[in-house]
Amino acid sequence: MEIILSAAIGILSASGIWLVLRPRSFQVVIGLCLLSYAVNLFIFSTGRLTPGAPPIMPKGGFIDPTLYADPVPQALVLTAIVISFATTALFLVVMIASRGMTGTDHVDGKERSQQ
Amino acid sequence: MNEHLIIAPILIPFVTGALMLLYDDRQRREAKFWLSIVSAAAQLLIAVELVVRAKTGGDISDAEGISFYLLGDWAAPYGIVLVLDRLAAMMLVLTALLAIPSLVYAQAGWSRQGPHYYSLFQFLLMGLNGAFLTGDIFNLFVFFEILLAASYGLLLHGSGQLRVRAGMHYIAMNLAASLLFLIGVSLIYGVTGTLNMAHLANLISSVSVEDRPLLHAGVAVLAVAFLVKAGSWPLSFWLPTAYMAAAAPVGAMFAIMTKVGVYAILRLSMLLFGETGGPSAGFGANILIVLGMATVLFGLLGILASQGLGRMAAHSVLISSGTVLGITGFALAGGGPAMLSGALYYLIGSVLATGALFLLIEPMDREDGGIAAMLALTADAYGLDDSDLDEVPDAGLALPAMTVLGICFALCVLMLAGLPPLPGFIGKLAMVQALIAQTALPAGLAWAFIALLVVSGFATLVGMARIGIQTFWAGDSALPRVLALEIAPVVGLLVVLAFTSFKAEAMLRYTSGTAAALHDTVAYAYGVFATPRVADRPEEGAQP
Repeated sequence: MEIILSAAIGILSASGIWLVLRPRSFQVVIGLCLLSYAVNLFIFSTGRLTPGAPPIMPKGGFIDPTLYADPVPQALVLTAIVISFATTALFLVVMIASRGMTGTDHVDGKERSQQ
Repeated sequence: MNEHLIIAPILIPFVTGALMLLYDDRQRREAKFWLSIVSAAAQLLIAVELVVRAKTGGDISDAEGISFYLLGDWAAPYGIVLVLDRLAAMMLVLTALLAIPSLVYAQAGWSRQGPHYYSLFQFLLMGLNGAFLTGDIFNLFVFFEILLAASYGLLLHGSGQLRVRAGMHYIAMNLAASLLFLIGVSLIYGVTGTLNMAHLANLISSVSVEDRPLLHAGVAVLAVAFLVKAGSWPLSFWLPTAYMAAAAPVGAMFAIMTKVGVYAILRLSMLLFGETGGPSAGFGANILIVLGMATVLFGLLGILASQGLGRMAAHSVLISSGTVLGITGFALAGGGPAMLSGALYYLIGSVLATGALFLLIEPMDREDGGIAAMLALTADAYGLDDSDLDEVPDAGLALPAMTVLGICFALCVLMLAGLPPLPGFIGKLAMVQALIAQTALPAGLAWAFIALLVVSGFATLVGMARIGIQTFWAGDSALPRVLALEIAPVVGLLVVLAFTSFKAEAMLRYTSGTAAALHDTVAYAYGVFATPRVADRPEEGAQP
């Protein structure tokens, strides 16, 4: 389980970093998306992996906390998903504006050969 | 009511900004402007009141004037806390002081160039104030995102190819930095199980030996995210273009945005890795010193190499944040509070001066026709009606404009180059004195830093004097038309600068108290847990 999760995070972030470093703006967007998936999984995993355990305790009485998952990383992940989703959407808009203004999808607004 | 004043610097811009979204820009621009000014002025008044409170100690705060505010009345490590101490209060005042001139300047024309300028501006203020006040690292992330989201909108304000390209780079950089921020925060949470800064400061010395490298890795990743915001050297190549491309009043406001990164580094490093850090004490100090020096070097080379004033002003932002970063490193390594005090004083002055410089750029470069031509150019794109344009250019004062502009420019240069009598000189002098006196680090390093400080001032002087001569002496005789609305904010900022210089002793006393409080983390680290919830408080204290 740990190996699968860490491999997933590793592969996602490796492909994300590679794509972010590419010159096409679409590749950069996809790279940022993949990176944010990796980060979200990573935040989730900092609460330790506890399969099948609920994060919310029932009301009343003392309950053994080891039977429950840590709720804080799940809350953090929700916030992080919302924020990265919104900022990625904003980035897409800017990317489209740049494409419309310059006529190219290169991140610098011009092809390398024209320099 | 009194204790709730701490949250006012976040709520006021939030409510104002949200309210202004409801009204159309074109019909209500005047009203929006006045609303924004009132909001910024209220923030300034509250910030001043908070400074007084941080200096003397408030009613519900404990020793040393640190006040805590439990959001939602949740007890300390479980809920989010706002913390008001001397440093936070000082940064709040600085933000408000910069916001008012920038708003006034924008009213001269820039606010017309795109929708929702004033709302975005208020959200930026909300993010800045929140980042300065919060005592929780994940909440810090949220406020960073608020201010960044607002800054994306403001950077793109006015549109145009250069802005969109610079904005795209800026957004991509900051998105990547935010992801690093999240990785760092979650690593720290994974190791210590807390996000509360004060709680972290308590736990840091008792982290087990095998977990410590992981914690250090987490903090280092977090620091990289802050260093991107602060424009530290290898992470700052996006900054000059983005700042140059931004509209003038936005550029002025961006002068404080790099300082948020510096602030976060200063706050967290002193809190976590100060003398109470146990085995981690002084972690990253050397790296901060080296990065600070590299940033100053990069900034000064950039100033010498720049052709335009915009790029030059952006590089002077780098110099100022590099200086404070380097001094943070020295203080972390045990250099003593004296140099940090000088650096904080320098920070106030340099932020105000770079702000003023950004406001000066556009009037100085203006060809004939000035703001009217600029407005007419973008009027088609944005669909402004002509009646909007006619009222603007009449208030231009032509004859003395060149003189006033020249004097303002010269004062900005004096400040940034660190020449007397402006605060740049006093701040640098305080830093140099403390650097000579310190014994914790090899003298060679301190002397190298001093040399860089002096050389960076000299480079600023050379570079800016060149631009000044080109603009004011060698230019053709056509006088630019400058609106009173555009020159008044610059004069206002310079008056504040002169006041900082005039009141240098009192301000240095305040900053040295701030530096001492940053070194002595006990009040911060334990005060949060001593703060009673409202529900638990005895009745007579609960009704102030």
